[in-house]
Amino acid sequence: MEHKKINLTLKIWRQHGPKTPGSFVAYKVAVSPDSSFLEMLDDINNDLEKKNLEPIAFESDCREGICGTCGLVINGQPHGPIPRIATCQLHMRNFKEGDTIYIEPFRAKAFPIIKDLMTDRSAMDRIMEAGGFISVNTGSVPDGNAIPIAKEIASESMDAAQCIGCGACVAACKNASAMLFVSAKVSQFALLPQGQPERYQRVEAMVKVMDEYGFGSCSNTYACEAECPKGISVKNIARMNREYFMAKVKSQNVDV
Amino acid sequence: MIKLDAKVPAGKLEEKWTNHKFNMKLVNPANKRKYDVIVVGTGLAGASAAASLGELGYNVKAFTFHDSARRAHSISAQGGINAAKNYQNDGDSVYRLFYDTIKGGDFRAREANVYRLAEVSNNIIDQCVAQGVPFAREYGGLLDNRSFGGALVSRTFYARGQTGQQLLLGAYTAMNRQVKTGKVKLYTRREMLDVVVVDGVAKGIVVRNLITGEIEKYSAHAVILATGGYMNAYFLSTNAMNCNTTAIWRAHKRGAAFANPCYTQIHPTCLPVHGENQSKLTLMSESLRNDGRIWVSKLKNDMRKPNDIPEEERDYYLERKYPTYGNLSPRDISSRAAKEAIDDGRGAQGQDAVYLDFKDAISRLGQHVIEERYGNLFEIYETITGDNPYKSPMKIYPAPHYAMGGLWVDYNLMSTIPGLFVAGEANFSDHGANRLGASALMQGLADGYFVIPYTIGNYLAGDKPTLVKADHAEFNKVQKEVEDMTTKLLSIKGKRTVDDIHKQLGRIMWNKVGMGRNEKGLKEAMVEIKALREEFWKDVNVVGDSKDVNQCLERAARVADYLELGELMALDALTRNESCGGHFREEYQTPEGEALRNDEDYTFVSAWEFKNVGKWELNKEPLEFTSVKLATRSYK
Repeated sequence: MEHKKINLTLKIWRQHGPKTPGSFVAYKVAVSPDSSFLEMLDDINNDLEKKNLEPIAFESDCREGICGTCGLVINGQPHGPIPRIATCQLHMRNFKEGDTIYIEPFRAKAFPIIKDLMTDRSAMDRIMEAGGFISVNTGSVPDGNAIPIAKEIASESMDAAQCIGCGACVAACKNASAMLFVSAKVSQFALLPQGQPERYQRVEAMVKVMDEYGFGSCSNTYACEAECPKGISVKNIARMNREYFMAKVKSQNVDV
Repeated sequence: MIKLDAKVPAGKLEEKWTNHKFNMKLVNPANKRKYDVIVVGTGLAGASAAASLGELGYNVKAFTFHDSARRAHSISAQGGINAAKNYQNDGDSVYRLFYDTIKGGDFRAREANVYRLAEVSNNIIDQCVAQGVPFAREYGGLLDNRSFGGALVSRTFYARGQTGQQLLLGAYTAMNRQVKTGKVKLYTRREMLDVVVVDGVAKGIVVRNLITGEIEKYSAHAVILATGGYMNAYFLSTNAMNCNTTAIWRAHKRGAAFANPCYTQIHPTCLPVHGENQSKLTLMSESLRNDGRIWVSKLKNDMRKPNDIPEEERDYYLERKYPTYGNLSPRDISSRAAKEAIDDGRGAQGQDAVYLDFKDAISRLGQHVIEERYGNLFEIYETITGDNPYKSPMKIYPAPHYAMGGLWVDYNLMSTIPGLFVAGEANFSDHGANRLGASALMQGLADGYFVIPYTIGNYLAGDKPTLVKADHAEFNKVQKEVEDMTTKLLSIKGKRTVDDIHKQLGRIMWNKVGMGRNEKGLKEAMVEIKALREEFWKDVNVVGDSKDVNQCLERAARVADYLELGELMALDALTRNESCGGHFREEYQTPEGEALRNDEDYTFVSAWEFKNVGKWELNKEPLEFTSVKLATRSYK
């Protein structure tokens, strides 16, 4: 069932490359309220291509809120006005006739802009490579049920593990801190018996790389949790701080 | 003519893999570091292969077109992963998982491959638990299971409605560990545009750097493609926006046979189409069918709201037609039954949709249980449709979802190009004509963790392939051909947009090569696709230039390949004069409307050899069943 279209003014950030200056460009659109936000952008791009104009570069993939590829700042909020969804899950029924919508890329020192609304978030992978894993080789493992895990613990670990790695927490934070993202992985493993052997090396290694890439510090505004599409709790940050403290107490990497 | 040698080991079914593992040649641990292996794709199959090969000591180069390896479409799998653990004491076994998979695939898969899949399924669960995948648990701390379509046992392991995410992140973290050691070198934002074959052997790949636009060359002793399926040929599918056939299609054009392209899965539980500008369809996990009941009104053109339709006027058609399996009937059967009800004029409120109703489950178990089991799926539904599925039933409709067909591989997962291996959805290997739910994750990880690491060693130690450097003349030639194609696409400057043509192709595919196919429609489809392909090369407009981020160019190159593949899908469907699994030829059905197989003439794999654009030669791999008896698939 198609509903009546709504008329909107979009102010979209256009920037040709990382080194060129960008600015907002206005687009007028009429869109079905059943359309998703990204389908609206697809439509604009199709129109631009018809006029032989370069389409707006933006990224998305699964369009089901799980791959973490999409990420736009919409009217100042990462992933837009509706809590606990990714940009791709935002639908136009949440906007009114005549609205003006500002659309920008995620902004953070560690996320340089590539083009228009595309950013480079690879710093998050570098943090993961530093220690976001459990060191087991393929094949050398016990039976799945040889490691019983209390239902509540598995569930709490899953709460943290469902981070989609989109970077909205960084974009939401006034310090561009990645603490929520990093703490989600640290917590997932710190809670589980499988994660214990490398518990302290892991947090140390990940925090070190996080700092190297220029992510800021946490000053407890909780903007990250508010904008997180998966509602990852700031309690994970508290847990990571405890883990990090214990790691430093036990650390072998002491600077003298 | 290609010689198709499946290389199935001799011996009893249950001993084949064990014997083969013993008989395969091994690479000396000290020599492994002398071998380079390219892995294209970092989904479940690619990331698990890259991690495992890195652990063994090979030098791995892993490629993905995403910005991060964690974004592959495996991440979207919701429901779960099968394994023959029999933790529920409900009669499961390796043999039963094997049998269910063979039967689910409508007896069109290779027996030995499927048995091996069932055999290694248990190792996958153990591996993932050890990596820290937070699977759902019982109160006693042990692993929980649920049921999926086509099985009468509970063998599906899950992590809420995000099992694919958790398994992929497990493989991604294992691969990251190898990136840290330097054994895996990761190349992100690279799209593979061709495979380089030197003297008949795969020696490397050519990719486009999606940031700079450079066409880059990489060589190795062996190449693994783990690049997923081709269902975006339908334009609207549950696949992610960037899923594409380009890697396997370009390999096909270099000599890799394409097997069973017409075996496509239309998933029964997706959200209905909302309008013309829709870009993507959303899947609702099959796990919902554990507790949801599917129905339509008994009356035609019934415009009443679902809650106003009294119980006795509802037709729970799956329960009625298939009382044994009911709402857990396999996907192909459930999708066709939905189509039948809608074609009969009984769609939900006149729409192309049927109801998936949780009213009974909520009153039996309480809303909190349903919330715990499917909370996130209900949220997704409400976000997209604006309706609350706790209060009124979901509306669902079938959508293109998974490709059982893919590049032909032998028992070692090697294609008809020596040195080119294919893993996961990209190959045709294990699902026959229909895949059962929760088996895609199983196959991707089986291939990557437990099959390829063995068979690639056998190839390297046995065939002793040499390394060809990336400045070899053949690499330069392929690079030039890729650059020429890019230049050509950018120079057409026609009137039609890439998406416009893709949508038109999708409509042809959905209407004529979709859930129901017939000779007339398939012949028309082939003519229409060919004409559309010619129009594309004359009248498409690809905006922008080659040495820059250019998403329009990326899409155009993919659509160019769909316009060739689409014709082959129709040709394959036309050639297979029987109905089996996801391939339903309207001419071949029982009086009750069930698929009618023709075992006498069609118990083979169709492996198509590329001759020229629009020209193929059919090669057949006969399927021999030594352990199971071919039977009419019944879920009644």
